[in-house]
Amino acid sequence: MESILVLTHADESGSAITRHSLEAVTAGKELAARLGVSLTIGIVAADGNRIASAVKHAGPRLLAVKGEAFAQARFASDAAACEALCRAAQATIVVAPQSSRFARVMAAVAHRVGGVIDTHIAALAGAECVEATRWFYRQRIEAVVTRTARPWFLLLDSGTHAPYSGEAGNAQVDEIAIAVELPALRTEVTGFRAPKQDEQTIRPDAKLLFVAGAGWTKKQPDGEVHVEEAGKLILGFLRASGASLGSSKSLVDQGGEGQSVLPFLTHLNQVGQTGSTPRHPKGLSTCCHGEEPHVVGWRFIAERRAISLDPNCGWTRGKADVVYIADAFQVMAKVNALLQAKS
Amino acid sequence: MSNPLQIVVCAGIVPDPLQTLEPTTGATGPGIKNELVLPAVLDPWAACALYEAAALAAKNPGSKLWLVALGPKAKLQQVMMTVAQKVAFELVPVDGPIGGFPDAHATAAALASAIESIAGLDRAKLLLFGGWESASRGAGVTLQLIGERLGIADQFFGVDQIAQIGSGEDGSFEVLERVEGGKHQVSACLGAPAVLGWATGNLPEPRNNPQIGMANMRTIMPALQKAPTAKLDANSLQYISVSLPKQQRETRVEKNMTPEEIAAELAAWIGKDS
Repeated sequence: MESILVLTHADESGSAITRHSLEAVTAGKELAARLGVSLTIGIVAADGNRIASAVKHAGPRLLAVKGEAFAQARFASDAAACEALCRAAQATIVVAPQSSRFARVMAAVAHRVGGVIDTHIAALAGAECVEATRWFYRQRIEAVVTRTARPWFLLLDSGTHAPYSGEAGNAQVDEIAIAVELPALRTEVTGFRAPKQDEQTIRPDAKLLFVAGAGWTKKQPDGEVHVEEAGKLILGFLRASGASLGSSKSLVDQGGEGQSVLPFLTHLNQVGQTGSTPRHPKGLSTCCHGEEPHVVGWRFIAERRAISLDPNCGWTRGKADVVYIADAFQVMAKVNALLQAKS
Repeated sequence: MSNPLQIVVCAGIVPDPLQTLEPTTGATGPGIKNELVLPAVLDPWAACALYEAAALAAKNPGSKLWLVALGPKAKLQQVMMTVAQKVAFELVPVDGPIGGFPDAHATAAALASAIESIAGLDRAKLLLFGGWESASRGAGVTLQLIGERLGIADQFFGVDQIAQIGSGEDGSFEVLERVEGGKHQVSACLGAPAVLGWATGNLPEPRNNPQIGMANMRTIMPALQKAPTAKLDANSLQYISVSLPKQQRETRVEKNMTPEEIAAELAAWIGKDS
């Protein structure tokens, strides 16, 4: 008989459970309902009980750690907290968000409790046994896996489930504070740092991903490069549309090769083989030269459009929904004007 | 940092990212068709870790750098012909299967065992480097499991920068880790031992240096000949299916629209709820 523990954690402010954690709660609830087994929710936060209201009705048992040490996303304290919650819950399946905080510790926790782990889970299925879908080779091969070893830890990618929103009614919940024995802490989280740029260009919750390719910094029909104009157009579009900015590797790498570069781009913007594979409902690529690694960065974009000067670009065929053969400088200037007029 | 460091970099080998991959199922489970003959490279994020490790070692005279890699000996030798020309290191090879489908727990056990067997390694001074995820399995757990097996209680992932704190005499350092929303979390650590799973870092790929290559190959070839063999346990991992994504879109190619028409269509599309 399986039993399920969903591990959640607080956001940076410590005042709420993260959206990604709430998605894991949804996945845990669905899995528990399908298998007909019990569900326990665990919370890692400085004061888990204070923020428990968001998940109070998700399961009949609520476990939380408490202490200032758990306000920080740090390996030693988070691993100790998750280990204590797992030992208290004695679950056979542990579901958790693939957040930076839990991705840092959960394999170690699985090892400590004699379990196994699979990460970047995109879907959970199966009625007789639990089947987990994940990607290999940077989103190029899809596999469905299962295991008989327990406890089995499953880290869920963000955007794969709707966030849990509390149900009405007064459920009877056992709220249990878990004591944690902390090791000597040698690491202190001192803060957060955004890349050196005028404004934040990476917006995970944006409806649109705007991908800038190396073409923005190449010579234009007048024989000159127009990096400054490209930068203004791109930032103008991000402001008007609220889109998140992605980039091809070649564009980001140009900075290290002494070529003209868009000053607000960093490796954090990079999508594809050595970048991220973000999930957004829509994606618009501009000035991108297409290769298989580039397609990888678009794997989880639902609606895809592209602006390219190359009518024979191989990657767009069969991968994008619409390709406009046009000059992105001209098109984006007019798109910006339309969006600004609307707002 | 101005104290001698002991840096171990864990790095796998993966098919060149530009290769077309096709899954296949063999007697031992899933794999990549013709994987052994596909051109291979050092895992990209692990390569970043290697270059950062070499730069760190160069700043701290007396430091030592090992590269621990698991893969078929012949394939490791092929990849090392290139990698060895980049930075100076001592190779600790483990002869084992290639690819992303073997279980990460078994891989971690084999690599941890290889690190434990390194003669002269002072584990109190150990900085364990690697990529935060591989380009094959991409699970981001192997390095963490190795660190846990070696009893290292400070681990950092998605690392883009490490810098000494103050004079660096005490070994303390500041780490920048990638977190959600395009930000870095800044942490201060008292020093080694620690695990650092690198993202891209900040260093370009070093130029090939034949002299470094020749010096490295003098120790790499004997090490490869003596490489222990690792048999990886499945740890109950079963593959129900392994396939290429089937999604193929009907692409509408618009060659004759004016910029005004395209802009109007895009603005309407962006504003529409999907």
